[in-house]
Amino acid sequence: MTRLALFGTRRSLRILERNALVYRSQWLMLVSGFFEPLFYLLSIGIGLNHLVGDLHVHGRVVSYATFVAPGMLATSAMNGAMIDTVFNTFFKLKISHTYDALLSTPLEVTDVALGEVWWALARATVYGASFIACMALLGDAGSWWVVLCWPGAILTSLAFSCIGLAACTYVRSWQDFDLVTLVQLPLFLFSATFFPISLYPRWLGAIVSFSPLYQSASLLRGFSLGQFDWMMVIRAGYLVAIALVGLRIASQRFRRILTP
Amino acid sequence: MTAERVVEARHLVKRFGSFEAVKGIDVAIDRGESFGFLGPNGAGKTSTMRMMSAVSQPTEGTITIFGLDPRTDGPDIRRRLGVVAQEDSLELELSVRLNLEMFGRYFDLPRRVVRERVDELLDFAQLTERADDKVDNLSGGMKRRLTIARGLINQPEILILDEPTTGLDPQARHLLWDRLYRLKREGVTLIITTHYMDEAEQLCDRLVVMDRGTIVAEGAPRTLIERYSTREVVELRFSTDDHEEFHSRLSPFAERVEVLPDRVLLYVNEGDETLMEIHAAGITPSSALVRRSSLEDVFLHLTGRTLTD
Ligand SMILES: Nc1ncnc2c1ncn2[C@@H]1O[C@H](COP(=O)(O)OP(=O)(O)OP(=O)(O)O)[C@@H](O)[C@H]1O
Ligand SMILES: [Mg+2]
Repeated sequence: MTRLALFGTRRSLRILERNALVYRSQWLMLVSGFFEPLFYLLSIGIGLNHLVGDLHVHGRVVSYATFVAPGMLATSAMNGAMIDTVFNTFFKLKISHTYDALLSTPLEVTDVALGEVWWALARATVYGASFIACMALLGDAGSWWVVLCWPGAILTSLAFSCIGLAACTYVRSWQDFDLVTLVQLPLFLFSATFFPISLYPRWLGAIVSFSPLYQSASLLRGFSLGQFDWMMVIRAGYLVAIALVGLRIASQRFRRILTP
Repeated sequence: MTAERVVEARHLVKRFGSFEAVKGIDVAIDRGESFGFLGPNGAGKTSTMRMMSAVSQPTEGTITIFGLDPRTDGPDIRRRLGVVAQEDSLELELSVRLNLEMFGRYFDLPRRVVRERVDELLDFAQLTERADDKVDNLSGGMKRRLTIARGLINQPEILILDEPTTGLDPQARHLLWDRLYRLKREGVTLIITTHYMDEAEQLCDRLVVMDRGTIVAEGAPRTLIERYSTREVVELRFSTDDHEEFHSRLSPFAERVEVLPDRVLLYVNEGDETLMEIHAAGITPSSALVRRSSLEDVFLHLTGRTLTD
């Protein structure tokens, strides 16, 4: 990385500082982030556990709760990142014009976009840890490798926050958020987060494999169960690639909107 | 010794799509000067200010600030600028104090330095009592004062003010003028847009009048008045709905006649003399006033509009 890019990275941390300051007064939202994993695990995990029974995953028998927990973690990381970037950043970008004043300081447009990504990652770091702790406490962790789910969740958040940042620049009004939901819901339902992809017909499975949520859930599941294979490198690489493309689009769009 | 050029713009063009907001202007500003931009709504003042703030890039032409190119040295330039934009865009959820502190952090100022300056700036903006209030709860004028204070947090070498006093009460305006004089004495370069001609006359060493994206006149306020107006102006009001009918009847008495919706302006050298001639000719205005020419008249002459229109 060039010296310039490094400076930019340092400047972007100011956005992190700013968001922390603003959200300090909105602690309720922060607390709700801690309860979310519990809700997921208790409702879907424990609820369905008894109905579904055990599953075979690569020759290993695991409870349904253990199977589904990493999928829920991936979903929770996706939702967190998307809400943060799409909704909150849209508000700052087009409603409150928060960034306008910041751009008369040494901050650059790319610093702003990158800063919002840091913020999403910071939150994912905290929530990911609490989610994984809940998994362990409820006995839903497949192995000690579950700690790798932590960076895995952060990586998931990276991919989705970059997608979200790019998406929010196309949002024109609050009505457009219905479209975001329209994408997010099928992504959740069809990404094999709460059942194995092998249940799908081949063609549908092929389509689903493009879903970043599916890739994330598979990655996290591999970590949780301690089952590693070379596909995981591709999955992680896919998420990184999505993040890079998303951030690039976001930066360009931010520039067009903020400094026409 | 020649003064240092701090801003130099050549053939500056700003286009939004196919619309040309700034049509190739040249501006040169020296260190320590206070430089004004006057012009009716939509003249391109804000667009120009944003390019001078190293925020938006020119579509064509070149601009250097401190001899640096904003395309490559944006952050280094902005570190030395204070910008008070036309829109406040404050952090409404944060307190007055935190708004200032956070802004200082964007300039990488150490927290200790920021705290000291914040206390001074709160005092300057007369917001010390409201320091811990949420900005959302401030009045419009208070927000404006806070925005101005915020622009000073990095002790800028150039202060760019886009309609700084719009929305301020007279007392706050004069206080700001005092503070701007003080900054000017300390060597700070001021770049100001305003719709108030008294403000322009008071504050600006030199100014340009912009209209539809071009500069139509440039000079010191007094020079502009001498060049574009007569010594005195006679303002006449008639009891009529349409002052236009008096245009031809009054033109023989003056160098130039401007008809406004509510009055007629006669540009003359000796106002009292002209007034007597008019009375002698049997024309009877319902009210008459003789005054010296001001920037307002220059503006009206050049743009065909009044300053506050
Ligand atoms: N982002 C933009 N997209 C399209 N047009 C724009 C944009 N910004 C400004 N304009 C247009 O450029 C012209 C000049 O605008 P500008 O804001 O520079 O005027 P101004 O002199 O500051 O006016 P005012 O006194 O009302 O503040 C206007 O016609 C405006 O509509
Ligand atoms: Mg303007």
